[in-house]
Amino acid sequence: MSEADGEQGLCVSGASMTADRSGALYWPDEGVLIAADLHLEKGSAYAARGQMLPPYDTQATLARLEDAVRRLRPAHVVLLGDTFHDGKAEDRLAPGDRARLEGLIAAAARWTFVLGNHDPAPPRGIGGETALELRIGPLTLRHEPRARPVQGEIAGHLHPAARVSVRGRSIRRRCFVTDGERLVLPAFGAYAGGLDVFDPALRDLFGRRFQALMLGERGVHAVASQRLARR
Amino acid sequence: MTRPRPLAPDDPLLPPRFAGWFAGRGWAARPHQLAMIEAARDGAHVLLTAPTGGGKTLAGFLPSLIALAERGAVPLPLHGEDRTKSPTGRNALSVEAWTPFQKRSIHTLYISPLKALAVDIARNLEMPVAEMGLGVRIETRTGDTSASKRQRQKVDPPDILLTTPEQLALLLASREAANLFRGLDTIVLDELHALVANKRGDLLSLDLARLARLAPQHRRVGLSATVADPDHLRRYLVPQTTEEPRLARLVTGQAGAQPQIDVLESEARIPWSGHTTRHAIPEIMAAISRARMAIVFVNTRAQAELAFQEMWRLNDANLPIALHHGSLDAGQRRKVEAAMAAGRLRAVVATSTLDLGIDWGDVDLVVQMGAPKGVSRMQQRIGRANHRLDEPSKALLVPSNRFEVLECLAAREAVAAGKQDGETRREGGLDVLAQHILGMACADPFDADELYEEIVTAEPYRLLARETFERTLAFVATGGYALRSYERFAKLRQTAEGRWRVANPMVAQRYRLNAGTIVEAQMLTVRLVRSAKGGRPLTGGRVLGKMEEWFFEQMTPGDSFVFGGQILRFETIVETDAIVTRGTADEPTVPSWQGGKFPLTTYLAQRVREMIAHPERVRNLPAQVAEWLNLQAWRSVLPAADEMLVETFPRNAKFHLVCYPFDGRLAHQTLGMLLTRRLERMGMRPLGFVAGEYALSVWGLRDMSRLDLGGLFAPDLLGDDLEEWLSESIMLKRQFRNCAIIGGLIETRFPGKEKTGRQITFSSDLIYDVLKAHEPDHILMRAARHDALTGLLDLQRLSDLLHRVRGRLVARHLDRVSPLAVPVLLEIGKEPIFGAADEDLLGEAAAETLIAEATRLV
Repeated sequence: MSEADGEQGLCVSGASMTADRSGALYWPDEGVLIAADLHLEKGSAYAARGQMLPPYDTQATLARLEDAVRRLRPAHVVLLGDTFHDGKAEDRLAPGDRARLEGLIAAAARWTFVLGNHDPAPPRGIGGETALELRIGPLTLRHEPRARPVQGEIAGHLHPAARVSVRGRSIRRRCFVTDGERLVLPAFGAYAGGLDVFDPALRDLFGRRFQALMLGERGVHAVASQRLARR
Repeated sequence: MTRPRPLAPDDPLLPPRFAGWFAGRGWAARPHQLAMIEAARDGAHVLLTAPTGGGKTLAGFLPSLIALAERGAVPLPLHGEDRTKSPTGRNALSVEAWTPFQKRSIHTLYISPLKALAVDIARNLEMPVAEMGLGVRIETRTGDTSASKRQRQKVDPPDILLTTPEQLALLLASREAANLFRGLDTIVLDELHALVANKRGDLLSLDLARLARLAPQHRRVGLSATVADPDHLRRYLVPQTTEEPRLARLVTGQAGAQPQIDVLESEARIPWSGHTTRHAIPEIMAAISRARMAIVFVNTRAQAELAFQEMWRLNDANLPIALHHGSLDAGQRRKVEAAMAAGRLRAVVATSTLDLGIDWGDVDLVVQMGAPKGVSRMQQRIGRANHRLDEPSKALLVPSNRFEVLECLAAREAVAAGKQDGETRREGGLDVLAQHILGMACADPFDADELYEEIVTAEPYRLLARETFERTLAFVATGGYALRSYERFAKLRQTAEGRWRVANPMVAQRYRLNAGTIVEAQMLTVRLVRSAKGGRPLTGGRVLGKMEEWFFEQMTPGDSFVFGGQILRFETIVETDAIVTRGTADEPTVPSWQGGKFPLTTYLAQRVREMIAHPERVRNLPAQVAEWLNLQAWRSVLPAADEMLVETFPRNAKFHLVCYPFDGRLAHQTLGMLLTRRLERMGMRPLGFVAGEYALSVWGLRDMSRLDLGGLFAPDLLGDDLEEWLSESIMLKRQFRNCAIIGGLIETRFPGKEKTGRQITFSSDLIYDVLKAHEPDHILMRAARHDALTGLLDLQRLSDLLHRVRGRLVARHLDRVSPLAVPVLLEIGKEPIFGAADEDLLGEAAAETLIAEATRLV
């Protein structure tokens, strides 16, 4: 097991990939790093409505992305939609955070913003390309997963989280979900919530058997659907 | 504070009209009732401690009724505002009460911890008021009061208003507060011992400080059950300064008849461990059948469910027995209370929901199932039987295991000796302070200097540093983050004169929706649907009550559990509902993980230690228990009361270390966490531990008999190890959620919609993680830490324990388990095992997946 490196190997539609402990998906053969649902500036969106959540979520999310990029050195970074929490989030970025994001984009050979439902319009003046979906080899990368049957889809949008019950303790974590034919990424954003893998919205995408790759502090833990605690 | 109201020495304390009323009922005013009138005449703040049934409430209200009666009887022309110059002195207050301006003010404010109690007291007061024709208007204000009545009360208040701390906070946060309370004469705080013990007490203290500003002339009356340290309450009652603590006058009520307490000597074998008390149910049923009406108190809801089920299984006589606990649907509880009041029940199985409050019917027996855990709680419970002072209350204590036999005997001795548990002073919570600051801004723009001066007069906030106050204020205004990015979203803004006001009316509206300090655990509504044949269970169905979300998290569909006295099958969770069907199993498959809910009090623990040191001195020690202790003395040793026994022995290829501090589960859990860390560093490879009420067992792969035990239990255990562990602990996260809700960082209610508990939890965890990394010293992180250390971790107690046993460890290295160790070892498997990090547990689940995959045949 490569758990010590904080990653977990998996295979979607024949493509070998690794689930990184940061919550991003890395595809070594193509040099592609994929992260979904960053929800940048979610904290300030709440603050504008009177709930003063700590304003560090964008910083925390970008720091994690920087770390993954530094470790994995991808040629192509794909953000799989809902990168910004809302249409005005880009304007609320603190100057420092904006510079960090621009720096990341400038340093990458290729950078793609796939558009999501929270950010249906392309970001203005940050750089990178935008796309509704992206086909690379056998895989299609899009924000919102399509109804079954689907072959070779990588998507986000649903923020999956799974729960295991071990020795009387219940542990809930964000997770990747895959059945080998498709994969849904966990939300990457520090303030993005989670949806249980047995929620109909997620359950209907997969067959009876799937794997949840749960994010731990030090590594990714692959747990079979039968072993998960159902809600 | 004294406010002399001159009086001729021969003037009787009880005015004729009142003396006549007492005489007409064949009563005489009790000495403590007269002492309360005297205190009022002296203008002194006063605390009355008395057992239940001592006419405490009437004593609290008498001075107000007298003053109001005199006001009605002696209408005098208006005098100057300076009451000390008032010619009659005694009637100074009444004079003011007649000014048109003062007429719109409340005379006496009564605060109760329970809404139902406020309503009941109002009803009881009506009687003397009507019979003496006092013409005093008495009204309640609770969550159930209609919007129109609330509105009317603000412009045309009653003479006596009875309410709860939460409603008072809301009133004080309104613009009308200043007028409403300007003429306030007396505040009566009922069940003060219960009010001050938690964050509600913090909030109430701040509200009292505000009332002292609005109505500096008012006097405070505290009513309390007998307590070990009345000074604690006497300080709480009086506005404090930075100098010597100031105390309210103390009046002690007449002690009631000694309760008659029996400890059940079961014919059956007393279990070694566990909390079910199942062995004694037949004997409890027999006791119930001999009584008119009994309350059977248990410590947890799970125990209540179990006992209720068992009792009905044996209820051949079909005695009407009901169940009452906090998770049951409110309508269901009201029905049970009404049936008690009407005398239609023979027994009610209850948790602490019936500890305080109104007397429902004519209870003549209290049964305590499981150890009482504390002397004061037990006295309170016993007081529920036979509310007449001159007759003894009858109680039956039913220990559920051998240690609890000792605990019950110790508690009985303590009651006989008139002892109580000690209380510790509370430091006011910063989350509560934040809520209060917002409330004060909603009332009126405030000056920060003035508000600070006001707040430090509240006893729990007496030592609040100005800097901490400023940071809390900044948190309320803009979040107070080091990164000052939210200035433009501010909730509070400063006026040109530098006073703080709410930024817009929405802020006040949201404050009113979210105020309060009682954060409920995340609850799911339990819905019973018809059995789900084939398809999925239906939604809808009958609401049985609410249960904590964590309980369902450990279940898988098809598991069964007991709730509301029936076996239910868990089907699924839909939104915030747990969907269940009627279970067919005989035994529930999911036990409750919770043992006793309350930790054993320090005082009772000390008495149990003394009993163990000298079992031969214990009166009525059951033979089974005596035998067990003798066996322990022979096989190992019975430690002296000031010693701590530590035993090591091998068992099942593992090595155990068991210690016996008797300091309660919480302190033991914390000790276990810290010991395993230290043992890990010593290379002992500990595997886990289980903490019981009396003992702690740690086990590992290495023999621990050669360890330097003095070093292992050295008080520096609370240094770095604690810090390191705290930073990883989920306890802090759990506390943070409460603080975030009380402090207003997370709002649970929005105009028009309610956010569900499910959504709140997740976001509070995310916020915690972000704050931990970016601003660990945030005001709410400090609040959470403080709560965890004093609450869930019971750190003070652990620290006392480590100092107490220093140099007093008694070690026994045995070849096998000792009799005293059996109970805690039996809890392994029933209680969660600690010591493993989340990460390791996740790894375990993943390894199982890997193994399953490797061994799958198809």
